[in-house]
Amino acid sequence: MTEQTTNILIVGVGGQGVILASELLSEAAMQAGFDVKKSEVHGMSQRGGVVSSHVRFGKKVYSPLIPAGTADVVLAFEAAEGLRWAGQVSEDGLLVVNNQRIIPTIAHTKDYDYPEDPIGEARKIVKRTLALDGLDIANRVGSPKLVNTVLLGAISGELPIPGEIWEAVIRRRVPRGTEEMNLQAFKEGADANKAEIEKQSSLKV
Amino acid sequence: MVKIKKLPEIKEPTRTLLSGNEAIALGAREMGVYFASAYPGTPSTEILETFARLPGVKAQWSTNEKVAFETGIGAALAGARTMVCMKHVGVNVAMDPLMTFAYTGTVAGFLLVSADDPEMHSSQNEQDNRNLARFAKIPMFEPSDSREAHDFTKIALEVSERFATPVMLRITTRISHAKGIVELEPWPTPEVTGFKHDIERFVMVPQFARKRHHEVELRLKRLMRYSEESSLNRVEPGKGPVGIVTGGIAYQHVREVLPDAPLFKIGISNPLPVEAIRAFAATVERLIVVEELDPFYEEQMHAAGIPCEGKRYFPIEGELNPDIVAEGLREAGALNGQAPEIHPVGVEVLPRPPVLCPGCAHRSVFTALKKMKAEVFGDIGCYTLGALQPLSALHTCICMGASVGMASGVQQVEGSKRPVVAIIGDSTFLHGGITGLLDAVYNKAPVTIIILDNRATAMTGGQQHPGTGYTLQGEETFAVDYIKLSKALGVKHAFPTDPYDYGETLKTLKRAVSIPEPTVVVTTRPCVLYPVKLEPEPYRVLLDICNGCGACIRIGCPAVILIEETTDKGLHKVTIDPDTCTGCRLCLQVCPVDAIEPVGEIEEADKSEAEC
Ligand SMILES: Cc1ncc(C[n+]2csc(CCOP(=O)(O)OP(=O)(O)O)c2C)c(N)n1
Repeated sequence: MTEQTTNILIVGVGGQGVILASELLSEAAMQAGFDVKKSEVHGMSQRGGVVSSHVRFGKKVYSPLIPAGTADVVLAFEAAEGLRWAGQVSEDGLLVVNNQRIIPTIAHTKDYDYPEDPIGEARKIVKRTLALDGLDIANRVGSPKLVNTVLLGAISGELPIPGEIWEAVIRRRVPRGTEEMNLQAFKEGADANKAEIEKQSSLKV
Repeated sequence: MVKIKKLPEIKEPTRTLLSGNEAIALGAREMGVYFASAYPGTPSTEILETFARLPGVKAQWSTNEKVAFETGIGAALAGARTMVCMKHVGVNVAMDPLMTFAYTGTVAGFLLVSADDPEMHSSQNEQDNRNLARFAKIPMFEPSDSREAHDFTKIALEVSERFATPVMLRITTRISHAKGIVELEPWPTPEVTGFKHDIERFVMVPQFARKRHHEVELRLKRLMRYSEESSLNRVEPGKGPVGIVTGGIAYQHVREVLPDAPLFKIGISNPLPVEAIRAFAATVERLIVVEELDPFYEEQMHAAGIPCEGKRYFPIEGELNPDIVAEGLREAGALNGQAPEIHPVGVEVLPRPPVLCPGCAHRSVFTALKKMKAEVFGDIGCYTLGALQPLSALHTCICMGASVGMASGVQQVEGSKRPVVAIIGDSTFLHGGITGLLDAVYNKAPVTIIILDNRATAMTGGQQHPGTGYTLQGEETFAVDYIKLSKALGVKHAFPTDPYDYGETLKTLKRAVSIPEPTVVVTTRPCVLYPVKLEPEPYRVLLDICNGCGACIRIGCPAVILIEETTDKGLHKVTIDPDTCTGCRLCLQVCPVDAIEPVGEIEEADKSEAEC
């Protein structure tokens, strides 16, 4: 994995913290010694639009955009967004979806419906789909604002970035006084993911 | 004072992850740029927001791009290194001073940053401003990532001083808002040498301007030699018979797909180094040009007699990405193999168009205009979202300030039987609406101009402007009074209205359009996001009273949500999201059956009952 570029696509709805999460991930990848590029479109994000952030790291990264269908991990902060971006996950890649639904105003019109079972649909597209109650975990640790750290924790097991580096970056980048809570949230995210993986593989047996 | 958090001084070489915009701000600081001005506009805005936070510099939001540019000229002629930033369409506004500043030339380094927006992620068009640098006959630099954005900023400022010319750094959204690793250097202390007059050089009357035009042409020849020899225009040797010519972000996409092809990378794209490209062409069998938007390199190469292919395989519209580049190269026969198979995307997921925020003060104005069946000439800002469903109450949007002139024009030809209004944000009015209003008064156009004064440039992130009372660097300053300003321009009827009072707003608007003279209406509620996000102050729906009529849904508030529960007639009832409702009360005011009440009141009522 280290010779090749690792592609992580983080998606969600404006205001959910997608951009902060991709900031932390890029910073951690740089500290781990990789070349890094990250790209997203600002602008409409405050107003309920879709937000997607591409993070790429490896020995040398050229384009800031992940080629179609080559994301090693898609991390979706919102259920329907997980479905929207599922097609971008690579053959043996992973889709992590936060079990939260944000229903846009447009779903109140006759023309559009929010998908009934977005995560179930996503599973049909991506074999390795993990659903996570990020908000529950965050609330349990202490604040709904911790969702993005929980979700980063959930994908950390997939990435060639050592734990010490994650810890250092989280300590440096989160608001002062929330360091311990954030580290706890990160750990709970990682554990939740591990538990999901075990559950899924035991289902297969 | 508004507290602006300063960034730490760079005292030793530092490696860090920066966006293109941040990299430009820091590159400018490293070159001793002392003054920077801009008008906000995506994707350029963060350049000045970053620069303003660096110790030891002056930075300002100007009223519009033309003024930003002219202020920059003044600073540069006074011997301060200067940067002026804007989005692509901003350069249209600054075009007048730009074209003639190219004649006088500069004293201290002068960098114009043009941030283009291929794909129109947040813009009204996708013009390719590389054409404008060529039109103005000034040198242009095209970085392809953050590192180059930083490095080219410095080189461009050097070139500006060496050739005494304004220079353009042309970036695009994927440079501005992408991050990459940048090497920073320690800062010098900026210098200002002071203005010295030179009438023949700085007074562009015909007899002097003719001489300066001659100088511009000579300068272009010297710049051409520089461009031909510069290492920013370089050959990357490689394998295979097909050579690529590319620059800007397209370079990165090409390298992603063809890491080993021989390639000519363009860093200075005006003047284009045609002889260096010709020499490269001689080393390959075929030449393919990959560039975003217009065939800017390609046409000049054709004109120079260099055989090449480009837009035959690549789109002119929209932005490029590695997939589009791969597809074009495959079609050209320059890339073997099949397109990688991607997982089928299961279902079309519903779109999420941007919407006005819960509590946005613009909403009630559109609700009223819809009721009045007005013809609404719109402008650019958050309020342009009033065009979308379910409001659908804004009917034009061309460029900043256009609403006022367009509404006047319709009235001058008696072109509508409906009430005709122009609707314009505060920042946009100050940017380009004042002259239109003066024109309406002068030419007696009976239009109503609605100024949506939310005391912020909201669309681009809440920047200060001459109506907010604060400067970019956080100092207190004069805040314009729109009513007094209108009166001074000769408007006899100018009314304030509280947009949270729907009845009053409707009444005021009806009154304004009934007067057969220019009238002005100014709304008086601040933005819900800036300078601080309003805390929720939720209302709730009494479900036993809600009759499912949908009046509250038709105001298009994201906090008002349809639910499964229906009335006897099968109409869906609604609920209000307590986490996002800010308590503007518009839904309550349009509800015909009084089914909406503040959450607080109900709780208090419950409590007092319990106490009894
Ligand atoms: C010439 C030009 N400069 C800048 C922009 C970017 N831009 C779009 S809307 C806007 C300002 C909107 O502010 P305001 O008029 O106060 O409306 P609000 O968004 O606050 O409702 C800006 C700066 C543009 N489209 N055109």
